[in-house]
Amino acid sequence: MNIQVNLTENDNILKGDVHGEIDAHTAPVLREKLEAYQDQDGIKAELDLSGVDYMDSTGLGVFVAFYKSVNAKGGHVKLTGLSSRLKRLFDITGLGDIMDIEAAAGKGGN
Amino acid sequence: MRPFDYVEMRVPAKSQYVGVARLTISGLASRIGFSFDDIEDLKIASSEAVTNAVQHAYSEGEEGEVVIGCALYEDKIEIMVADHGQSFNFEETKAKVGPYHDQEEGAFLREGGLGLYLIETLMDEVKVHHQEGVTVFMTKHVEGEQVEEDVETISS
Repeated sequence: MNIQVNLTENDNILKGDVHGEIDAHTAPVLREKLEAYQDQDGIKAELDLSGVDYMDSTGLGVFVAFYKSVNAKGGHVKLTGLSSRLKRLFDITGLGDIMDIEAAAGKGGN
Repeated sequence: MRPFDYVEMRVPAKSQYVGVARLTISGLASRIGFSFDDIEDLKIASSEAVTNAVQHAYSEGEEGEVVIGCALYEDKIEIMVADHGQSFNFEETKAKVGPYHDQEEGAFLREGGLGLYLIETLMDEVKVHHQEGVTVFMTKHVEGEQVEEDVETISS
């Protein structure tokens, strides 16, 4: 039941990856790390979620909040490496149509 | 003999136990023969219900417990999650929970938000009961093929 969040920002471009499980217990860690960057004007964020084994609505909530804050400041959030399970979670909640998400290439299962 | 095995967990209403409940339910579901995708759905739905219960207890400033009851049938699982500490009589509580109505459950929906929506989407049947707290009752059926295998082994 662990999470690892790595973020590096350079010249208003934020790159990062998340590993582990995102649930009610670990989501606050992710939220806190992202909040440090969400108010920078026009930040371009790209987060690799290929290491996320599990996620539920608490994780969706964190990404939606980050997306809203960044968008309000003229920035952009892209989520990449989504497993088919994660992609499905975004799709059934309708968030897949709103947010910029990209499924993991050539990864059918999981 | 009752037609199901019953497993009950009582965990502190703290977020670090959401994952414990999720993994236990995942284990029970694989015992019944759910597919990988169905088990993932069950993990999310049960986490959402336990998360709601934990957050409700937290907002009330209680140091309570969450009770999670699982009835394992040969072709389905019924999961009941209650945010009040008392252990419940599974059959009795099951009889009391009514069908889920959008309007009546408005308050719970607002509280649960996306979580309750996911429970409804990922499970076959969902009921919510308000009395001495909130109880969520949800059912998921095993899809066709795996069931037949089980029937033969059980009849012997």
